[in-house]
Amino acid sequence: MSKRAVVAMSGGVDSSVAAALLVEAGHDVTGIMLKLWSDDGANSNSGCCNVGAADDARRVADVLDIPFYCLNMAEHFERTVVRDFHAAYSEGRTPNPCVRCNQWVKFDALLERARALGADILATGHYARVDQYGGRWRLRRGVDPSKDQSYVLWMLTQDKLRQCAFPVGDLHKTETRAIAERLGLRTAAKPDSQEICFVRDGDFGSYAREHIPAAARPGRIVDSTGRTLGTHEGIGRYTVGQRRGLGVSLGMPVFVTGIDAAENILRVGPKEELRVGTAILDEVSFTGAVPNAAERVLVQCRAHGDVFAARLRPDAHRLILDFEEPPDALAPGQSAVLFSGPAGDEVVGGGIVASTIPVGVEGPLVPALADQ
Amino acid sequence: MLDVLSDNHGNPSSVHSFGRKAREAVEEARERVAGAVGASPSEIFFTAGGTEADNIAIKGAASKRRGSGSHVAVSAFEHHAVLDAASWLSKTGLEVTTIPVEADGIVSLGAVTEATRPSTILVAVMAVNNEIGTIQPIREIVVAAKGASPDVLVHTDAVQALGNIPVDVHRWGVDLAAFSAHKLGGPKGVGALFVRSGVAVEALVHGGGQERGVRSGTLNVAGIVGFGVAAQLAEKEIDSKAERLEGLRAHLLEGLRSEIPDIVVNGTMERRVAGNLNVAIPGTDGETLLLLLDQAGVACSSGAACASGALDPSHVLLAIGTPREVARGSLRFSLGRDSSAEDVDAVVKALPEAVKRARLVS
Repeated sequence: MSKRAVVAMSGGVDSSVAAALLVEAGHDVTGIMLKLWSDDGANSNSGCCNVGAADDARRVADVLDIPFYCLNMAEHFERTVVRDFHAAYSEGRTPNPCVRCNQWVKFDALLERARALGADILATGHYARVDQYGGRWRLRRGVDPSKDQSYVLWMLTQDKLRQCAFPVGDLHKTETRAIAERLGLRTAAKPDSQEICFVRDGDFGSYAREHIPAAARPGRIVDSTGRTLGTHEGIGRYTVGQRRGLGVSLGMPVFVTGIDAAENILRVGPKEELRVGTAILDEVSFTGAVPNAAERVLVQCRAHGDVFAARLRPDAHRLILDFEEPPDALAPGQSAVLFSGPAGDEVVGGGIVASTIPVGVEGPLVPALADQ
Repeated sequence: MLDVLSDNHGNPSSVHSFGRKAREAVEEARERVAGAVGASPSEIFFTAGGTEADNIAIKGAASKRRGSGSHVAVSAFEHHAVLDAASWLSKTGLEVTTIPVEADGIVSLGAVTEATRPSTILVAVMAVNNEIGTIQPIREIVVAAKGASPDVLVHTDAVQALGNIPVDVHRWGVDLAAFSAHKLGGPKGVGALFVRSGVAVEALVHGGGQERGVRSGTLNVAGIVGFGVAAQLAEKEIDSKAERLEGLRAHLLEGLRSEIPDIVVNGTMERRVAGNLNVAIPGTDGETLLLLLDQAGVACSSGAACASGALDPSHVLLAIGTPREVARGSLRFSLGRDSSAEDVDAVVKALPEAVKRARLVS
């Protein structure tokens, strides 16, 4: 059945092919690019919505003979994703702007526009799969493990999933490129974007100095006993679990174990101090029904990271994860994404890590929460 | 145009006979354009469009006069060809100020007087605004500017005026004026700059010295010939076209008002070219409306497209004091030679549904 589809086009090969596949399947397709920042603040070559990318996307739309529009969501993006990015680093957390963009822009503001345009489907070039299974919409990992992007889609609910399509989720990246070449799309050989789209040239240091001064002030590096070991370059440069770039030598590997934004202090320690026994998540969302207490899930703590088994304790707004296999590190601000299913590839939901409790520490917070 | 494109490949700058034919065609076009705007042929310089003409006027006149002044004033709702050229000048050390525009979309004479100082090199006010269609009292503006500072140059971007209102650069008293062919149904990529006899501008493009050194580069002969014909035709049709378009526009506005009662017209309806209607539709976002209307086969505009094609709220509407949110929800309808009553009916039919849907978006 022919449906009306809006494809979020970035000017990259994945969304180009997503649009092409929907056109080939006979749908009525419209391409939309989002302009997410004002021109002078943009990343010149990488990222997704600079002028060159818009030209590429428009050219692909012309070749596919579909309408193409560029929507200006720069103010919305600034108010939501960029503001959150700055706040998180100022408070010693590690944000994931791609998650936030999906949460507040692509699958919220854009989905709303697509619905207003009468679209049945909002498609993107994400490597993930959505299908109907057992009377509900199911979100699964993309078939290409090296490209799987289900991690950044945990916020999709049944109401959103029913209108989502990820046409390249069934493909390996090499197949995606082959399709683009077959169709003569000019984006076929474009490199993957890696960097944060609004951080110019991927230079986080100068970005932080300009936009997040609170996270760019040098301060003390201390160990778990409070002893000063050195000086850091600003808390925005560090993530819990990070080993490189500390400039501290203790005769053993040293990792960031905590960031105290109020005191502008970076805490470091040996690997053992990192292991997370329990994590508390905020802004929790589930793709389907809320799972049962004590249900066992697999938790992915970063994009393309390993998964760790945990049992979950749902709460009104929060979720507590008791790890059976403690992850090495879990940075506050990052997304923890829950998977289950026979193949462990179904997204149950996820949330933003609010805080963690190391292995072996009885957190006073945990029972108090459970009693609420 | 077809003749010079298919049979006559001569370069008008050449000495040989093929070149002479091309040169004749260009000079005939120059006479036609000059006639349409009330200039002498020697005051008309062909360019690659209105934007280039504006740039030569603003930057070329300012560089020529730098020694005798240090200030340029442009109205706040100019086309970006003028605004951005002026803002470039400010990077070179000249002071650039903007002349405010009244809420009805007209530049007041008092504002011009106030903006013009002894150190002012150039004042630029467009003859007809491209987004809200308001017609400026250019003759009075020139008097006001020169009254404040006798040596000041006055430029007018008349791209939207030619073909819509009578243009007479000498009656207006301007020193410089920019025109574009495609706004009159002529070919795209060709325009003209009027430079009053006795006024000098610095060239921006240097080379073979074509157009008496004001704009070097091989002439776009076919485009120029088309421009000449279009200018001559457009001038003859002004009155009949205006009468027809005013009728269509009244029908459009009436239809829109009956379907969407809270619609607000941006700018005065009193002094406005016949083919323009610009309305705010409260509670909507212009981008979403444009997409919905495009789906329904109606082409209109909202704000200004940036390089990527996304829209920013119109600087013109912001300049006349329209609140940002209202400017975002504004649409510009342009009626032209080919617009018909059926087209207007189609818009009136399509818009209410589009507005209903657009209002669902927060």
